[in-house]
Amino acid sequence: MTGGAPILSRRTGFFFLLPSLGFVSLFILFPFVWVFYLSFTNQTLTGVTAIQSRLVGLANYQRLLDFETWMTSGQFGNALRISAQFVVGSALIGQALLGLAIAWAFYRWRGAFREIVYTLVILAWIIPDVVVAFTWMAFLDRDRGTLNAILQLLRLAPVDWLIQQPVLSIIIFNTWRGTAFSMLLFSSALATIPPSYLESAEVAGASGWQKFRDIILPLIRSHILTDIILITLWTFNTFTPFLITGGGPAFKSELVSIYTFRIAFQFFEFGRGGAIAVAMMLINLVLALTYLTILRRQGVRT
Amino acid sequence: MARIMLENVTRRFGLVIAVDNVSLPIIDGEFFALLGPSGCGKTTTLRLIAGLEVPTAGRVHIGDRDVTGLPPRERDVAMVFQDYALYPHMTILDNVGYPLKVRGVGRREIRERVGEVAGFLQIAELLERRPAQLSGGQQQRAAVARAVVHKPQVFLFDEPLSNLDAKLRLEARGFLKHLQHELGITTVYVTHDQAEALALADRIAIMNQGRIIQVGTPLEVYRRPQTTFVAGFIGNPPMNLVPCRLEVGVEAAHLVGTTFRLDLTSLRDRLALTLRDDEEVILGIRPEHLTFCGQGDPFAIPAETYAIQPLGAECVVILLVDSTTLSVRLFTGEPPQQTGRVWVGVNPERILVYRKSGELVLG
Ligand SMILES: Nc1ncnc2c1ncn2[C@@H]1O[C@H](COP(=O)(O)OP(=O)(O)OP(=O)(O)O)[C@@H](O)[C@H]1O
Ligand SMILES: [Mg+2]
Repeated sequence: MTGGAPILSRRTGFFFLLPSLGFVSLFILFPFVWVFYLSFTNQTLTGVTAIQSRLVGLANYQRLLDFETWMTSGQFGNALRISAQFVVGSALIGQALLGLAIAWAFYRWRGAFREIVYTLVILAWIIPDVVVAFTWMAFLDRDRGTLNAILQLLRLAPVDWLIQQPVLSIIIFNTWRGTAFSMLLFSSALATIPPSYLESAEVAGASGWQKFRDIILPLIRSHILTDIILITLWTFNTFTPFLITGGGPAFKSELVSIYTFRIAFQFFEFGRGGAIAVAMMLINLVLALTYLTILRRQGVRT
Repeated sequence: MARIMLENVTRRFGLVIAVDNVSLPIIDGEFFALLGPSGCGKTTTLRLIAGLEVPTAGRVHIGDRDVTGLPPRERDVAMVFQDYALYPHMTILDNVGYPLKVRGVGRREIRERVGEVAGFLQIAELLERRPAQLSGGQQQRAAVARAVVHKPQVFLFDEPLSNLDAKLRLEARGFLKHLQHELGITTVYVTHDQAEALALADRIAIMNQGRIIQVGTPLEVYRRPQTTFVAGFIGNPPMNLVPCRLEVGVEAAHLVGTTFRLDLTSLRDRLALTLRDDEEVILGIRPEHLTFCGQGDPFAIPAETYAIQPLGAECVVILLVDSTTLSVRLFTGEPPQQTGRVWVGVNPERILVYRKSGELVLG
């Protein structure tokens, strides 16, 4: 139907768009502009500044990027570092790599075992956050946790996971939680590769690794990039780990998203919270643009 | 260079027996065709030789080695797939050089050896392109180049010409035959096109439902098809097969159809050896061994013209004899003068007689 004369004139068409444009402006555009504005004020929820907020210029941003203290615990730099560990550990290494590994392992495997594994992985993905978080707390609990019960059965010393290894705990949690997406994306990408490509490589003398490196990887490269863009952004912005560790102990697992929440909604400093939110958005933007540029360059090459 | 031995090889997929107790010796250096209808197990047989399938029972030998349990990469074979399986993300150079690359051959030597093969296969100017930028015939040659580049012991082809148009297919046939002759590499070639098998192969195995029905040179399988299945499969148009009844007397023998009675007294002794009087048989006769004749001819069958197909150098006439059809091939190219009610003569030296169950008993 491309190229034909439009059924409606532009003006009438625009008229039909108005309601949704209205909603988008009201619920997305307006809050966004509002947060941006707030980040330059000293607005709070309570106290004098709740009523009489005023513009403070870049003060909120200066506080955020105060390089003397920003790496100390509970500060923005610290949260950024933990977020980086979290993204690399749970999104890139965890979800993407594990998802690819599972998809590749079951590439030519049809049957009950594959179905069971896929169902379990997808289940982990569709159960509501709160339920999953509670399950993981139960699993990792020091005194009554399942994991420690298993360790004890193996005559190993129990570990207080949420206290001693908070970052590792949320990394494993998020990997477990989100691998399904990458796995599904990669297995549908693999399904588009004709089996004869791999078989001819096999007959030509390629080993399993060579087949993967020379045939599979180049053919699903754009899927990998797309996957990485999406899960990086999701993981960077996710708030669910708060339900497990609350960002603690002592801010040791405080991700940027949790930090924002703490400043904005526990201390009710909306001005500072707005500045952090804007910073987060800029980081998202940079990440997305980087990946998209790589993706576009890939597209030109192949 | 190597011979290939299949020893009582069976491959089952669940309840389907794709390859059923096949034993085949394939001679060193020969061009061997596996011919049969769709689903008869040709591809599976080829994949068993390549190592892409593992036999349910039986053994596979290549050269002096029992390769039954070996993976494809240790068999030193090369295979050309029906879809060519050229990697879309690599240039033709990288595609053709891939078997060398995985063997750890250096970049310079790869370039050299690919260049040699490419020159031989006339794709030297295409090496920097990607497969999508090649025509079907060029892709086919690139796939063949990739198969020959590392000088394998055995060549396996799975219907490599079926994606080409009719003209290119004829060209590629000549090219493949020439190539195999030059290289002398043992070749197994799968096709469902009988003309291709006849044109290319030194020997042909005809398969049906997972079994080998007949093995022989193109002339052998053309002249003496061992079963009515082979007779009906080979030749274009295929052999005429007419159900009749045999009358063997003390002196004489006759083949009796609903509208004709052929005097086979000259063959009486040979027929009496294996067949009973009044037995139902099938008369087999190639279209080129039928001629138009007069009513008085002792070997004449009355028929009705049904369709005439002039083909330039020859002419195929389809006749109706009672309820069966007969094809007649005329080498003059001229369509026959008479139409409607005609008489065709059978050359008794050229006829084959099959049992009703399909095996050849005389010919
Ligand atoms: N992987 C498989 N799983 C189940 N059945 C299979 C498999 N491969 C082949 N078959 C069955 O085995 C039989 C032989 O298949 P094969 O591919 O060897 O036939 P073919 O002679 O190559 O046919 P075609 O000319 O159509 O390619 C068919 O009935 C097919 O359905
Ligand atoms: Mg096949």
